Amino acid sequence: MSETPGIPAPPEEPSEEQASRIGVDSWVAETERHGRGRGPLWQLARLWEYSPDPVKLLAFVALASTVPFWTNEGDLFVFGLFTLLYAALGLGLNVVVGFAGLLDLGYVAFFGIGAYTYAELSSSQYGIHWPAEATIPIAMAAAALVGVVLGFSARRLLGDYLAIVTLFLGQAFVFFTGVANPTVAGKGLTGGANGIPQLDPLTFFGYQLTSTKQLYFFLLIVVTLLATALYFANQSRTGRAWRALREDPLAAEVMSIPVNRLKILAFVFGAAVAGLCGTIYAAIETAAVSTNFSVSVLIIIYAVVILGGFGSIAGVFVGAIVINCTLEFLEPQNDHPEVKRWLFYGTIVLLIALLKPWFRPVLVLAGTIAFGFVVHAIVAATTAASWTSGVPVSGASWLARWAVIPTGSHGNFNNYLYIGLVVAVVCTASLKGWWRMIALVPTLYLTALVWENMLTQNGGITAFILFGAMLIGLMTVRPQGLLGTARVEIV
Amino acid sequence: MHLLLFNIYDQVRSLGWNGAFTLLRDGVVLGSLYSLVALGYTMVYGILKLLNFAHGDVFMVGAFIGFGVLAQLGGPLAPALGLVPLLLVMFAVAMLGSGILGVVIERFAYRPLRNAPRIAPLISALGVVFFLESSVQLITNSTHSEYSTFPVFGPLFTPMFSVAGNPVTVVQVLIVLTAIGLMAALMFLVYRTKLGKAMRATSFDREAASMMGIDTDRVISATFFIGSVLAGAAGVMYGLYLSDTYFFVGFLYGLKAFTAAVVGGIGSIPGAMLGGVLVGVVESFAGGYAGGQWKDIVVFGILILFLLVRPTGLLGSHAIQKV
Repeated sequence: MSETPGIPAPPEEPSEEQASRIGVDSWVAETERHGRGRGPLWQLARLWEYSPDPVKLLAFVALASTVPFWTNEGDLFVFGLFTLLYAALGLGLNVVVGFAGLLDLGYVAFFGIGAYTYAELSSSQYGIHWPAEATIPIAMAAAALVGVVLGFSARRLLGDYLAIVTLFLGQAFVFFTGVANPTVAGKGLTGGANGIPQLDPLTFFGYQLTSTKQLYFFLLIVVTLLATALYFANQSRTGRAWRALREDPLAAEVMSIPVNRLKILAFVFGAAVAGLCGTIYAAIETAAVSTNFSVSVLIIIYAVVILGGFGSIAGVFVGAIVINCTLEFLEPQNDHPEVKRWLFYGTIVLLIALLKPWFRPVLVLAGTIAFGFVVHAIVAATTAASWTSGVPVSGASWLARWAVIPTGSHGNFNNYLYIGLVVAVVCTASLKGWWRMIALVPTLYLTALVWENMLTQNGGITAFILFGAMLIGLMTVRPQGLLGTARVEIV
Repeated sequence: MHLLLFNIYDQVRSLGWNGAFTLLRDGVVLGSLYSLVALGYTMVYGILKLLNFAHGDVFMVGAFIGFGVLAQLGGPLAPALGLVPLLLVMFAVAMLGSGILGVVIERFAYRPLRNAPRIAPLISALGVVFFLESSVQLITNSTHSEYSTFPVFGPLFTPMFSVAGNPVTVVQVLIVLTAIGLMAALMFLVYRTKLGKAMRATSFDREAASMMGIDTDRVISATFFIGSVLAGAAGVMYGLYLSDTYFFVGFLYGLKAFTAAVVGGIGSIPGAMLGGVLVGVVESFAGGYAGGQWKDIVVFGILILFLLVRPTGLLGSHAIQKV
């Protein structure tokens, strides 16, 4: 630190990784990445990377179509059906955000428009029972029409303002359907907070899709068609123009690319896909309820696309599987309560294992285990028995010897634990080198305590805490997502 | 639709001038709170060109910190302090806590993304929104925290004076005066101090400012701190006024304050104040005349209209895109 007042200390020399990589474009970043890494895992990753996209899709479809034969009905519903639904939604959003680079925060509104259109046209609400081959195109057209209107009105707006207009559209939609509920033909148009119940099942030319298996295969076909269409769209002139638009709208315009038309096209494409998903979702749930189209759903769809990587079709599938399984395992009522514990600790150990060099993760994990026993022994020796007499929810009772789990109520103990964890994470992230490793030990132990004492009981909330943290972390560490292409700004 | 207009006409007639004054009074009070939150949006946008979606949740956390202080100081029924010191402590802790929260958010969610594509910090901001909301939901067990059940606040709800028979309570006057005071302090800070000069320079051109020897990272941190301090104060006042706070309040409230910032002209400090009061009054009148279920839609409709017709807002300057 410089002692002279008024003159700030010279900035630290940036390390190799942190130094800004000016002048390195995405192609260079890609080839650089290819040069690194060894080992069987790397070979597998290379094999995946070099296999053409249609092969990847075929592999996925082949694998996915076996799922109904080795899972039960309930699991197929929550894991299979919803993963496919999120994948379809993610594919649509990927066009808007990933290909064209428009931040569309009203995507769920289009999803909701699809669902409500289906609900109006195929239920006892107004006694209209049209078949799905009529309602699905109408719903898609309705969503696309709103998309066109919004797209036209927002076409002059620069990036951020589009995000605002669409976000407010989403909010206005939820309020309109859930609260305002105007009276049309003697009935509330949207059924208010209760929504529209008892929708017809999907019926195509007299053939009803009622069982989970039928719906699953129908969705699989839809997702496959969508992914194929997107693959070809991405390869086409339009796809290239979208990418150009995403990288630099101004330069694209100078290159005589019709920027506005392409923006609206991407927007409408996303809206129509969301509308399609909405009809299927409404038919699966047999109801359209406004709370299902709130921002929480938006964040889930965004998490799907971002985890997989902007603009990557394969990434959407990976994101959908990871996000939906996380959500479902964290649900308090799911049938596999012990799985979520292993997933949670497994993910943490995996993340720690990414630390380099190799002995750091070993030391940190060993330190955490030892630290836990020491803390447990101290707490057991100095406080009343009720502080350590608790057992973890759903099995793994041996954990109670390592983690401090009180029984009964201990004031705000849990809340202090949670706030302590957040502070510990912030401190750990601001430390450097070995200090960070040392700080990791109590942080990890606190994480385990918070998980055992609070999070396992509050699955739904935990999911959103994790998603929020994931979005921040991913943007900081790997903004391109798991399978996205690295992009480096050219100055 | 014409039925709705007819209802509005009926409401206007039946409420009369007294009703209109009550709505105006409520609107101005609500609007002062919006202004305070809107300032945070506008300052951050001015300096970073970033929509800090998380700002509404900083406001919400501020309301909960104030509540937490109250609960710690001897519990609900027998607070250890008198009314005035209690209020001062609540405000001080909540403002400081929110300020620190704002700085931490900036440090971890936005600073690493300074040179990332525009979309990255926006998504990171969404992540912060969900992280904060869910965390507070977890800690408070999704319950409403009520301020008003505490008898110590009784004097706040007595009428201070009345206008043509319509009472104006102490808390309403307190809110408007505090808001005006804080804004005056902010104006002084931005236009009369060295830090304010650095802030204005940074918002004008970050690169050039850092070449002139301004530590822009520190200036940005300071901006987040100040904006969040104002939001924290607004949070406590919100809790006192509506006597209730809830984890989901930040999102909707933040959106409306954001509307205020855009209506006033994002990036303009007087604009945020004007926009806040305007949005508050419009919301109050929409709620009174068209029915409570329409007021949020009316506010959002105004925002969309404003963005389409005059994206620079009332007092914003025209941004010319430089190539």
